[in-house]
Amino acid sequence: MRLKFEVMDNILVVYLDGELDHHSAEEVREDIDNNIDSRNIRNLIFELSNMNFMDSSGIGVVIGRYKKIDKSGGKVGVVNSNPHVDRIFQMAGIYKIIHKYKTKDEALANIQRGE
Amino acid sequence: MNFDNYMKIKFSSKSQNESFARVVVASFVSQLDPTIEELADIKTAVSEAVTNAIIHGYENSSEEVVIECKIIGNTIIIVIEDSGNGIKDIELARQPLYTSKPELERSGMGFTVMETFMDEVYIESEEGKGTKIQMTKKIKVVQNGE
Repeated sequence: MRLKFEVMDNILVVYLDGELDHHSAEEVREDIDNNIDSRNIRNLIFELSNMNFMDSSGIGVVIGRYKKIDKSGGKVGVVNSNPHVDRIFQMAGIYKIIHKYKTKDEALANIQRGE
Repeated sequence: MNFDNYMKIKFSSKSQNESFARVVVASFVSQLDPTIEELADIKTAVSEAVTNAIIHGYENSSEEVVIECKIIGNTIIIVIEDSGNGIKDIELARQPLYTSKPELERSGMGFTVMETFMDEVYIESEEGKGTKIQMTKKIKVVQNGE
Protein backbone atom coordinates (compact mmCIF):
# COMPACT_ATOMS: atom_id res chain seq x y z
CA MET A 1 0.00 0.00 0.00
CA ARG A 2 1.37 3.40 -0.99
CA LEU A 3 0.01 6.55 0.57
CA LYS A 4 0.22 10.00 -0.93
CA PHE A 5 -0.91 13.13 0.86
CA GLU A 6 -2.02 16.54 -0.38
CA VAL A 7 -3.05 19.41 1.83
CA MET A 8 -5.34 22.25 0.74
CA ASP A 9 -6.17 24.76 3.46
CA ASN A 10 -7.22 22.47 6.29
CA ILE A 11 -8.27 19.60 4.04
CA LEU A 12 -6.11 16.48 3.83
CA VAL A 13 -6.46 14.40 0.66
CA VAL A 14 -5.09 10.89 1.08
CA TYR A 15 -4.51 8.70 -1.98
CA LEU A 16 -4.67 5.01 -1.05
CA ASP A 17 -2.83 3.15 -3.81
CA GLY A 18 -2.71 -0.65 -3.55
CA GLU A 19 -4.40 -3.13 -1.25
CA LEU A 20 -6.07 -2.28 2.05
CA ASP A 21 -6.33 -5.32 4.32
CA HIS A 22 -5.60 -6.09 7.98
CA HIS A 23 -1.86 -6.22 7.22
CA SER A 24 -1.67 -2.75 5.67
CA ALA A 25 -4.39 -1.15 7.84
CA GLU A 26 -2.22 -0.39 10.85
CA GLU A 27 0.36 1.56 8.89
CA VAL A 28 -2.34 3.39 6.94
CA ARG A 29 -4.09 4.36 10.15
CA GLU A 30 -0.90 5.67 11.78
CA ASP A 31 0.23 7.59 8.70
CA ILE A 32 -3.11 9.33 8.27
CA ASP A 33 -3.43 10.16 11.97
CA ASN A 34 0.10 11.60 12.06
CA ASN A 35 -0.72 13.80 9.09
CA ILE A 36 -4.01 14.96 10.67
CA ASP A 37 -2.28 15.81 13.94
CA SER A 38 0.86 17.48 12.61
CA ARG A 39 -0.64 19.54 9.77
CA ASN A 40 -3.59 21.18 11.49
CA ILE A 41 -6.14 19.20 9.50
CA ARG A 42 -9.89 19.61 9.95
CA ASN A 43 -11.35 17.70 6.96
CA LEU A 44 -10.34 14.51 5.18
CA ILE A 45 -10.86 13.13 1.67
CA PHE A 46 -10.07 9.50 0.75
CA GLU A 47 -9.05 9.28 -2.94
CA LEU A 48 -9.50 5.64 -3.99
CA SER A 49 -8.92 5.53 -7.80
CA ASN A 50 -5.90 3.28 -7.39
CA MET A 51 -7.06 1.11 -4.54
CA ASN A 52 -7.36 -2.29 -6.17
CA PHE A 53 -8.36 -4.38 -3.16
CA MET A 54 -10.15 -3.76 0.11
CA ASP A 55 -11.69 -6.08 2.70
CA SER A 56 -13.60 -5.21 5.87
CA SER A 57 -10.40 -3.84 7.44
CA GLY A 58 -11.05 -0.77 5.28
CA ILE A 59 -14.35 -0.15 7.09
CA GLY A 60 -12.50 0.08 10.40
CA VAL A 61 -9.92 2.47 8.95
CA VAL A 62 -12.54 4.80 7.47
CA ILE A 63 -14.87 4.79 10.50
CA GLY A 64 -11.91 5.31 12.86
CA ARG A 65 -10.76 8.40 10.91
CA TYR A 66 -14.36 9.65 10.71
CA LYS A 67 -14.63 9.54 14.52
CA LYS A 68 -11.40 11.50 14.86
CA ILE A 69 -12.36 14.19 12.31
CA ASP A 70 -15.97 14.39 13.54
CA LYS A 71 -14.79 15.20 17.07
CA SER A 72 -13.49 18.55 15.89
CA GLY A 73 -16.51 19.17 13.65
CA GLY A 74 -14.80 18.33 10.33
CA LYS A 75 -16.08 16.42 7.30
CA VAL A 76 -14.89 13.21 5.62
CA GLY A 77 -15.41 12.41 1.93
CA VAL A 78 -14.70 9.50 -0.40
CA VAL A 79 -13.77 9.93 -4.07
CA ASN A 80 -13.54 7.41 -6.93
CA SER A 81 -14.40 4.24 -5.06
CA ASN A 82 -14.85 1.25 -7.39
CA PRO A 83 -18.07 -0.86 -7.34
CA HIS A 84 -16.51 -3.54 -5.14
CA VAL A 85 -15.41 -1.03 -2.50
CA ASP A 86 -18.86 0.61 -2.73
CA ARG A 87 -20.56 -2.68 -1.93
CA ILE A 88 -18.44 -3.16 1.18
CA PHE A 89 -18.98 0.43 2.33
CA GLN A 90 -22.73 0.15 1.72
CA MET A 91 -22.90 -3.12 3.63
CA ALA A 92 -21.49 -1.28 6.66
CA GLY A 93 -23.64 1.84 6.18
CA ILE A 94 -20.58 4.07 5.63
CA TYR A 95 -22.35 6.36 3.17
CA LYS A 96 -24.83 7.32 5.88
CA ILE A 97 -22.06 9.23 7.65
CA ILE A 98 -19.51 9.91 4.91
CA HIS A 99 -20.32 11.64 1.66
CA LYS A 100 -19.30 10.09 -1.65
CA TYR A 101 -18.18 12.47 -4.41
CA LYS A 102 -17.54 11.88 -8.11
CA THR A 103 -14.35 13.93 -8.30
CA LYS A 104 -11.76 15.36 -5.97
CA ASP A 105 -12.67 18.91 -7.07
CA GLU A 106 -16.32 18.33 -6.23
CA ALA A 107 -15.31 17.00 -2.81
CA LEU A 108 -12.98 19.96 -2.16
CA ALA A 109 -15.58 22.51 -3.25
CA ASN A 110 -18.32 20.98 -1.08
CA ILE A 111 -16.13 20.64 1.96
CA GLN A 112 -14.75 24.19 1.57
CA ARG A 113 -18.33 25.49 1.47
CA GLY A 114 -18.93 23.55 4.67
CA GLU A 115 -21.48 21.13 3.22
CA MET B 1 -16.61 -36.73 -2.58
CA ASN B 2 -15.36 -36.66 -6.15
CA PHE B 3 -13.82 -33.46 -7.40
CA ASP B 4 -12.37 -32.22 -10.65
CA ASN B 5 -9.41 -30.40 -9.21
CA TYR B 6 -7.84 -29.88 -5.80
CA MET B 7 -5.13 -27.92 -4.01
CA LYS B 8 -3.93 -27.45 -0.47
CA ILE B 9 -1.57 -24.87 1.02
CA LYS B 10 -0.23 -24.32 4.49
CA PHE B 11 1.40 -21.09 5.66
CA SER B 12 2.44 -19.16 8.79
CA SER B 13 -0.30 -17.12 10.42
CA LYS B 14 1.45 -13.84 9.59
CA SER B 15 -0.51 -10.88 8.30
CA GLN B 16 1.87 -10.62 5.31
CA ASN B 17 0.32 -13.88 4.11
CA GLU B 18 -3.22 -12.44 3.83
CA SER B 19 -2.48 -11.15 0.34
CA PHE B 20 -0.54 -14.31 -0.55
CA ALA B 21 -3.54 -16.47 0.43
CA ARG B 22 -6.13 -14.55 -1.57
CA VAL B 23 -3.91 -14.37 -4.65
CA VAL B 24 -3.22 -18.13 -4.58
CA VAL B 25 -6.92 -18.96 -4.27
CA ALA B 26 -7.78 -16.44 -7.01
CA SER B 27 -5.22 -18.05 -9.37
CA PHE B 28 -6.66 -21.49 -8.68
CA VAL B 29 -10.24 -20.30 -9.30
CA SER B 30 -9.27 -18.56 -12.54
CA GLN B 31 -9.52 -21.89 -14.43
CA LEU B 32 -13.32 -21.52 -14.08
CA ASP B 33 -13.21 -18.21 -15.97
CA PRO B 34 -14.81 -16.10 -13.26
CA THR B 35 -15.74 -12.48 -13.91
CA ILE B 36 -13.63 -9.76 -12.30
CA GLU B 37 -16.48 -9.26 -9.83
CA GLU B 38 -16.65 -12.95 -8.87
CA LEU B 39 -12.89 -13.00 -8.41
CA ALA B 40 -13.02 -9.90 -6.20
CA ASP B 41 -15.80 -11.53 -4.12
CA ILE B 42 -13.69 -14.65 -3.57
CA LYS B 43 -10.51 -12.73 -2.77
CA THR B 44 -12.37 -10.64 -0.22
CA ALA B 45 -14.02 -13.63 1.47
CA VAL B 46 -10.67 -15.45 1.69
CA SER B 47 -9.03 -12.35 3.12
CA GLU B 48 -11.70 -12.13 5.84
CA ALA B 49 -11.37 -15.79 6.85
CA VAL B 50 -7.57 -15.74 6.89
CA THR B 51 -7.54 -12.48 8.87
CA ASN B 52 -9.89 -14.06 11.42
CA ALA B 53 -7.58 -17.06 11.77
CA ILE B 54 -4.59 -14.77 12.37
CA ILE B 55 -6.20 -12.24 14.73
CA HIS B 56 -8.76 -14.34 16.57
CA GLY B 57 -7.64 -17.94 16.07
CA TYR B 58 -4.01 -17.44 16.95
CA GLU B 59 -4.11 -13.92 18.43
CA ASN B 60 -1.05 -13.10 16.33
CA SER B 61 1.15 -15.93 17.60
CA SER B 62 2.83 -17.62 14.66
CA GLU B 63 1.24 -20.93 13.78
CA GLU B 64 -0.25 -22.51 10.69
CA VAL B 65 -3.26 -21.74 8.54
CA VAL B 66 -4.40 -24.37 6.04
CA ILE B 67 -6.41 -23.67 2.89
CA GLU B 68 -7.93 -26.38 0.74
CA CYS B 69 -9.75 -25.70 -2.52
CA LYS B 70 -11.84 -28.10 -4.53
CA ILE B 71 -13.47 -27.61 -7.87
CA ILE B 72 -16.60 -29.61 -8.64
CA GLY B 73 -18.12 -28.67 -11.97
CA ASN B 74 -18.43 -24.90 -11.82
CA THR B 75 -18.39 -24.67 -8.06
CA ILE B 76 -15.40 -23.73 -5.94
CA ILE B 77 -15.25 -25.01 -2.38
CA ILE B 78 -12.76 -23.23 -0.13
CA VAL B 79 -11.90 -24.51 3.34
CA ILE B 80 -9.84 -22.30 5.66
CA GLU B 81 -8.72 -23.90 8.88
CA ASP B 82 -6.76 -22.92 11.97
CA SER B 83 -5.94 -24.87 15.14
CA GLY B 84 -6.30 -21.85 17.39
CA ASN B 85 -8.67 -20.58 20.07
CA GLY B 86 -11.95 -21.47 18.43
CA ILE B 87 -15.11 -19.37 18.57
CA LYS B 88 -17.11 -19.36 21.81
CA ASP B 89 -20.43 -18.29 20.32
CA ILE B 90 -20.73 -18.75 16.56
CA GLU B 91 -24.15 -17.08 16.30
CA LEU B 92 -22.79 -13.98 18.03
CA ALA B 93 -19.66 -13.95 15.85
CA ARG B 94 -21.87 -13.98 12.74
CA GLN B 95 -23.77 -10.85 13.80
CA PRO B 96 -22.95 -7.81 11.68
CA LEU B 97 -20.84 -5.26 13.61
CA TYR B 98 -20.02 -7.71 16.42
CA THR B 99 -16.33 -7.82 17.22
CA SER B 100 -14.61 -9.51 20.13
CA LYS B 101 -11.75 -7.02 19.76
CA PRO B 102 -13.22 -3.50 19.56
CA GLU B 103 -9.87 -2.06 20.66
CA LEU B 104 -8.37 -3.07 17.30
CA GLU B 105 -10.68 -0.81 15.27
CA ARG B 106 -12.12 -3.88 13.57
CA SER B 107 -15.53 -3.41 11.99
CA GLY B 108 -17.08 -6.74 12.93
CA MET B 109 -18.17 -7.25 9.33
CA GLY B 110 -15.95 -10.23 8.44
CA PHE B 111 -18.61 -12.96 8.46
CA THR B 112 -21.17 -10.61 6.89
CA VAL B 113 -18.75 -10.01 4.00
CA MET B 114 -18.12 -13.77 3.59
CA GLU B 115 -21.87 -14.51 3.62
CA THR B 116 -22.65 -11.71 1.16
CA PHE B 117 -19.92 -12.56 -1.35
CA MET B 118 -20.14 -16.37 -1.26
CA ASP B 119 -23.14 -18.66 -1.87
CA GLU B 120 -22.73 -20.68 1.31
CA VAL B 121 -20.61 -20.31 4.46
CA TYR B 122 -20.35 -23.06 7.09
CA ILE B 123 -18.53 -22.50 10.36
CA GLU B 124 -17.26 -25.34 12.54
CA SER B 125 -15.47 -24.35 15.69
CA GLU B 126 -14.52 -25.74 19.05
CA GLU B 127 -12.97 -23.74 21.86
CA GLY B 128 -9.31 -24.59 22.29
CA LYS B 129 -9.30 -26.74 19.13
CA GLY B 130 -9.71 -24.36 16.23
CA THR B 131 -12.01 -23.11 13.51
CA LYS B 132 -12.89 -24.38 10.07
CA ILE B 133 -14.70 -22.17 7.58
CA GLN B 134 -16.09 -23.74 4.43
CA MET B 135 -17.30 -21.43 1.69
CA THR B 136 -18.72 -22.30 -1.71
CA LYS B 137 -19.48 -20.27 -4.77
CA LYS B 138 -20.84 -21.29 -8.14
CA ILE B 139 -19.12 -19.51 -11.01
CA LYS B 140 -21.64 -18.55 -13.67
CA VAL B 141 -21.04 -19.98 -17.11
CA VAL B 142 -21.02 -17.34 -19.81
CA GLN B 143 -22.68 -18.63 -22.97
CA ASN B 144 -21.00 -17.94 -26.30
CA GLY B 145 -22.39 -14.90 -28.03
CA GLU B 146 -23.44 -13.17 -24.83
